[in-house]
Amino acid sequence: MTINPDLQGRSYPAAEVYDVGREKIREFARSVKATHPAHFEVDAAKALGHSDLVAPPTFAIIVAQRADAQLIEDPDSGIDFSRVVHAEQRFIHHRPIVAGDRLLAELHVDGVRAMGGGAMITTRAEIFALAPGDAGSREAVATTTSSILVRGEGQ
Amino acid sequence: MSTASTIPAFSDLTVGQDIGSRSIAVTRTDLVKYAGASGDFNPIHWNEAFADGVGLPGVIAHGMFTMGAAVQLVADWVGDPAAVVDFQTRFTKPVPVADTTGTPEPGALIEVSGAVGALDADAGTARVDLTVVSAGQKVLMKAQAVVRLA
Repeated sequence: MTINPDLQGRSYPAAEVYDVGREKIREFARSVKATHPAHFEVDAAKALGHSDLVAPPTFAIIVAQRADAQLIEDPDSGIDFSRVVHAEQRFIHHRPIVAGDRLLAELHVDGVRAMGGGAMITTRAEIFALAPGDAGSREAVATTTSSILVRGEGQ
Repeated sequence: MSTASTIPAFSDLTVGQDIGSRSIAVTRTDLVKYAGASGDFNPIHWNEAFADGVGLPGVIAHGMFTMGAAVQLVADWVGDPAAVVDFQTRFTKPVPVADTTGTPEPGALIEVSGAVGALDADAGTARVDLTVVSAGQKVLMKAQAVVRLA
């Protein structure tokens, strides 16, 4: 199966809202061996000027990879998940992610490049927070970019 | 749980300045925890036979585990995890994690060190360049975290 070259330029609109919970921030922080009190104690986060527990710098990967799954699971993409290798990742934070945020991610396929029998695919997730009480208003939170190498046969 | 030490001031920083180092012990249990916390259940991170079958040197750590654990050195140094406004890396080598279940031994060690790589006075930001090594090999390349300082 080959990668569909027409993927480049494709976008997937924001799907489900991701609700950022305190316990998820604590669980994710422990899982990357983060010990900063701002991930665990509300008072420590507030002392730094944040409204609630602060997510670790790579927490947005949860939301970004859910968005990526729309592409990977798209039968039209030609991507075999078992042959996917993560090649590059970047997080640009427009403002911190904190507990209570309601996040949405729009996925954009920025690049598809043939490599041997496989392909390098670059995706960008634009992550927004829904403003409380106003379903129509969005605030930019983070831009994540991810490059995945889909290995071809024999690679 | 450590309390924040002295938060660095932008004016005190110089390019090349060492921000410290740490050694991260990794076990198979850590990979299962990261899988659950992140939602990345690719079996190459927990099933030996599957990992071998796709040509890997056994079970390997999630690249995002290594990236997420490595940046903790920066978050603790800067004193506020939210000060990390930009963080990127390339994943160059896998980190195989041996099965040491039932023993106190780690399955892998990841050595992280950092230095100030660039300063931007207009933006009030510093770029920290991380060196991340496991089993003698650089496992991340161009691992750069930009932090905003007071």
